[in-house]
Amino acid sequence: MVLELQKPRPIWQIMFSTHHTDVGLLYLITSLSFLFLGGALALAIRAELFYPGTQIIADSMTFNRIFTVHGTTLIFLFILPFASAVGNYFVPIMVRYKDMAYPKLNAIAFWMIPPAGALIWLGFADFTWYATPPYSIISAPGPAADMWIFGLKILGISSVLGAINFIVTILKCKHPDMSIGQVPLLAWSFLTSSLIILVAIPTFAAALLMLLTDRLGVSGFFNPAMGGDPIAYAHLFWFTFHPEVYVLVIPAIGMMYEIIPRFSRKPIYSHSSGIFAFVLLSMVSFSSWAHHMYATGMSFTEKTVFMIGTLAAVPASAMHVFNFIATMWNGRIKFATPMMWAVGGIALFFSAGAGGVVNAAMPLDFQTHDSYWVVGHFHLFVMGTIAFGSIGFLYYMFPYVTGRMYNEKMGQAHFIMSFIGAVLVFFTQHLLGLYGMPRRVYDYPPIPEWITMNQIASVGAMIIGVSMFIFLINMIYSSAKGKLADTDDPFGLGGKYYYPFEAKNPHH
Amino acid sequence: MGHHSNWPEWVYVGVVIALMVWVGSEAWNAERLVEHIPADAEVIKVTGQQWFWTFEHEDGTKEIGELHVKVGHAYKFEITSKDVIHSFNIHDYVVLLDAVPGRINTVWFAPKEVGEHAIQCREYCGLIHYNMRGTLFIEEDKSS
Ligand code: HEM
Ligand SMILES: [Cu+2]
Ligand SMILES: [Cu+2]
Repeated sequence: MVLELQKPRPIWQIMFSTHHTDVGLLYLITSLSFLFLGGALALAIRAELFYPGTQIIADSMTFNRIFTVHGTTLIFLFILPFASAVGNYFVPIMVRYKDMAYPKLNAIAFWMIPPAGALIWLGFADFTWYATPPYSIISAPGPAADMWIFGLKILGISSVLGAINFIVTILKCKHPDMSIGQVPLLAWSFLTSSLIILVAIPTFAAALLMLLTDRLGVSGFFNPAMGGDPIAYAHLFWFTFHPEVYVLVIPAIGMMYEIIPRFSRKPIYSHSSGIFAFVLLSMVSFSSWAHHMYATGMSFTEKTVFMIGTLAAVPASAMHVFNFIATMWNGRIKFATPMMWAVGGIALFFSAGAGGVVNAAMPLDFQTHDSYWVVGHFHLFVMGTIAFGSIGFLYYMFPYVTGRMYNEKMGQAHFIMSFIGAVLVFFTQHLLGLYGMPRRVYDYPPIPEWITMNQIASVGAMIIGVSMFIFLINMIYSSAKGKLADTDDPFGLGGKYYYPFEAKNPHH
Repeated sequence: MGHHSNWPEWVYVGVVIALMVWVGSEAWNAERLVEHIPADAEVIKVTGQQWFWTFEHEDGTKEIGELHVKVGHAYKFEITSKDVIHSFNIHDYVVLLDAVPGRINTVWFAPKEVGEHAIQCREYCGLIHYNMRGTLFIEEDKSS
């Protein structure tokens, strides 16, 4: 169907290429590498928290650096590049254009990621993924902190360049026969998430520079000792990063919109409500940022405003869930690996949203805020929804990229273990939060309930770890030795009807 | 696409909106009641610093790491920090508010029963954040 298969070529030819599928492949390999690196850090954290006292990490400074780099890596170096990989492969084909609108810019945006990743990993900062001042100004050890700031700066620029490219490709380069309403939902997801990036990122880009000059001592924007205000940073940060969570989740939902109808052998229930929900989400994502800041001492009125803004986003998310279920309804569903991941992801998306509503309700947030509940909440999104959707999509595109089939049994084992693991880790973390365990702690007092729940969570994490190992072997082995795929219908769904983007790229 | 009627989706969206309105108004009302500070609440000044809590009572007595209060009284915490952001937390009483340098945040509570409860820091503040803990002692009021 969609991707032209290419003969194996030496790696440097791919590295110096600006062709969208080559850049897509580079994004893909980079993001998966960081998935495994960041995942290894998660296992270290869970091993340390298995029991009170020191387990495998010698001191709290190392622990703090590990969870900081873990979060930074998986958000910025796995989820975002993975989405770009999928967008690079599929968006030009879906809008029937020969490449991305600006191929060179596309390659440049990609090549900013490895140096940024190197800065973050070589620095190994300790000030959490939100670098809160004044800790990040007066307490965080440099040069790690400064390297992190530069790393994020570069990633922000890369994101903006990528977003411009997607927007222009979709709006300006789509085939003239195609109306914007006919553009597939996966491409729509890139259009809306890219628009969010353009509006949201500059704010944090400015805050990062201010943070840097504060660290250098030449300004005091966020430093109370110099008359500044750290809460201002929190506003700037969350003005970018609440919308950014939708930048992360929207492409994953787009990927599910590809998988669900194919494997249900039915057209999507409502294309137009999918578009509507994407557009609505991208707009209301800007109305809720300070729900992260209820406990900073905001007035009752401010809190109320941001609670309303947060709850307003829920119907739009819920519309996607409805669309998925209505599409599967009465479908002839084939539970091959990609479908399992997508359906599992939708289930966890729903649970995550329910937890989010609890966070949004002001009095309840004072139970959950900065406890392990919040860790559970957003992991149900970033792992349960986004990584699940992404991994499902990776299995889905695997035959089209490699011309070979992955091992189905291993793919299903990967899913089942990851799903069980995710439930064990992230649901338990919600409970831990209700029992009062703060997040970002290297050690905890030997409270029996805390110990039990931490152990359940750690076991869950290990199960995910093992499943990821199966995944790695499956990908490496099958891309070289897997049986050749029937690229017209690799999943045996019967009939090309289920592959509506049949048209080969007209320019090749 | 688009050829079938879409009423189930609109009903569903209506139900979700109704649910959110309900959650929102309940939350609004509960928070309004919780935030109403009684006029006779005694002030306790809470200061966070890396990595311990200091408490100053109205009569000027100071405690470090331990806080003694009496059943039947209402207390208003005035919370601030000397260095970085911390978050003052008595989880059992759902007392949670950030200690921000340069600001004073207030929250109140009224201990109900004699007992001991954990005090902890809920906002990452560096090296010993994990052990920035204290104890709240709720004692009987012998004066009355
Ligand atoms: C139904 C939609 C959602 C609602 C109502 C919601 C609500 C909230 C609220 C109120 C918080 C603040 C909790 C606290 O710190 O006390 C929060 C935290 C968070 N949410 Fe959500 N959320 C939703 C969707 C998402 C999505 C889609 C993502 C990610 C893709 C996400 C990622 C996060 C993250 C990363 C945090 C914590 C950030 C941190 O403190 O490190 N949320 N959410
Ligand atoms: Cu948010
Ligand atoms: Cu702390």
